[in-house]
Amino acid sequence: MCGIIGFIDRTKSRMDGSSIKAALSLMNERGSGDGAGYAAYGIYPEYADYYALHVFFDNLAEPKKKVDELLQQWGEIVHQEEIPTIPQPGIRKVHIPWRYFFKPSEDLMVGRMASEKDVITYIVMQVNANVNGATIFSSGKNMGVFKASGWPEDVANFYGIENYKGYIWLAHNRYPTNSPGWWGGAHPFNLLNWSVVHNGEITSYGTNQRYVEGYGYKCTLFTDTEVVAYLFDLLGRQHELSHEMVVRALAPPFWDDIDRMPAKESELNKAIRLTYGSALMNGPFAIVVGTEDGIVGFTDRIKLRPLVVGENGSKLYISSEEAAIRGLDPEVKNVYTPRAGEPIIGRFIE
Amino acid sequence: MKTLRIDAKGMHYTPLNQKIRAAVADGVEEITLDNVLGQRFIGDGLRGNVKIIINGVPGGDLGVFMSGPTCIIHGNAEHAPGNTMDKGMLVIHGSAGDAVAHSMRGGKVFVKNNIGYRGGIHMKQYEVEAKPVLVVGGTAHSFLGEYMAGGLVLVLGIGKEKSMTDRGIGSGIHGGEIIIRGEVDDYLLGVGAKKIEFTESDLERIAPVIKSFCEHFELDPTEFLDTNYTRIGPASSRPFANKYVWE
Repeated sequence: MCGIIGFIDRTKSRMDGSSIKAALSLMNERGSGDGAGYAAYGIYPEYADYYALHVFFDNLAEPKKKVDELLQQWGEIVHQEEIPTIPQPGIRKVHIPWRYFFKPSEDLMVGRMASEKDVITYIVMQVNANVNGATIFSSGKNMGVFKASGWPEDVANFYGIENYKGYIWLAHNRYPTNSPGWWGGAHPFNLLNWSVVHNGEITSYGTNQRYVEGYGYKCTLFTDTEVVAYLFDLLGRQHELSHEMVVRALAPPFWDDIDRMPAKESELNKAIRLTYGSALMNGPFAIVVGTEDGIVGFTDRIKLRPLVVGENGSKLYISSEEAAIRGLDPEVKNVYTPRAGEPIIGRFIE
Repeated sequence: MKTLRIDAKGMHYTPLNQKIRAAVADGVEEITLDNVLGQRFIGDGLRGNVKIIINGVPGGDLGVFMSGPTCIIHGNAEHAPGNTMDKGMLVIHGSAGDAVAHSMRGGKVFVKNNIGYRGGIHMKQYEVEAKPVLVVGGTAHSFLGEYMAGGLVLVLGIGKEKSMTDRGIGSGIHGGEIIIRGEVDDYLLGVGAKKIEFTESDLERIAPVIKSFCEHFELDPTEFLDTNYTRIGPASSRPFANKYVWE
């Protein structure tokens, strides 16, 4: 059991984190104090062209030296600092959260990597798999993940979450059931601009993990949700599937439902299931994904976890509980529960 | 009549439920809760005939283990209202989340609009006159009456072209009945469920339930008092007898 929230203002009007903190705290019953986290998009406009790498360092000696060296091999760090934190009685600061604003250099990439995003993905995988005492937990542009072990309010106060203003917010209150509660295991899980919050478990994790590892991703964070971020990056970025199609691949219709579809639709759905059989996710889940152009919410195919949607003008809310949505926006309209496997998508209005 | 009004704004469910219990013990007959937002377990294990008016959106497990009281909810409800409820009534002037009337064993849950997945899951009934009743004005998502062992689930499909369009109705049902307004496509039936003819005597049996539901939501019951229903029950008393036992 966990509690999740996804929010987008489709006009990119930014909101600070204080109401997200309050709304997530309404669902404290869904957590156990072993992890909470927030992702906010639009928070680093002054470094919008740079990848914001958030790193947990065990110490600032050897692990940091190795990360610095790796980054220098690929590009330029324009700014770096410890992420400001405020001591909280409920949080033991076992890692030092650090951020780099980094850009891969063209000349260093030539002949080695095809795109900046490939470089970033490579760096994240290298550090997380090979550098002891360092974990890159956020690597997007103009966005960042803030997470730790603790209760939602404590984690929010630790990072001073009300000081960040974003047009997308994801929030997660964790109740770890079958993997350890540690800072890196708190949600959101992130790669590039994909961030994932998840309530439930991915029982097909082994199959999904083997599938993404075949494409160079490395699952290193001891929690099933990590693989969802990599699946979105693989299908959404590398294979260029629309958000709707990614959801269709991860939570596809049942075969007998496909048989009842009109011929063309049936053909498409069969093709997706056959192509992406190893990406299909089984088990109970309700998920919200933050992306470059919006948010995507969906559940498993038989709806074993709750998901509620609400709208108010340019704002779209997705959460485990209606109360959290009403906490964020008492004037919310059109509150409903989507169907199992149905993608709920909020995109920016250009 | 002794009444009480509580402003639940920002209040955790524990002190809220303590206040409700103290009031009932004190002989209060009607309690109004304002600004309810996500507080769980309202009416948990409460006995007696108190009426609780809830303004807002109560949290999960509303009326869990409740035995007697009536809750009128002016708003939606979250997951599992009526969980293992024994006696009494929930009248929800809105929609409700998943697992409505979960394991309910007596009393009534009336939902004006729609419910989520697995409504009436594990509903049961004993050799007593009382049996649990769940009535849904709108529609329900998949696995309605899943593993149902007793009681009545009634879906009226008000404002819907078809009352039910989600699959798995009565999946694993081995007692009780699911009655749905209008026709139900065969492929929507779950494993172990079958259609049973809906007769005049069935209508006579459920007419008081329909009238009571309509009275609460100020609807005209006339259009629901005919035999245009589909009745769904267990295919056998032990539909899965052969699933786990080999002879």
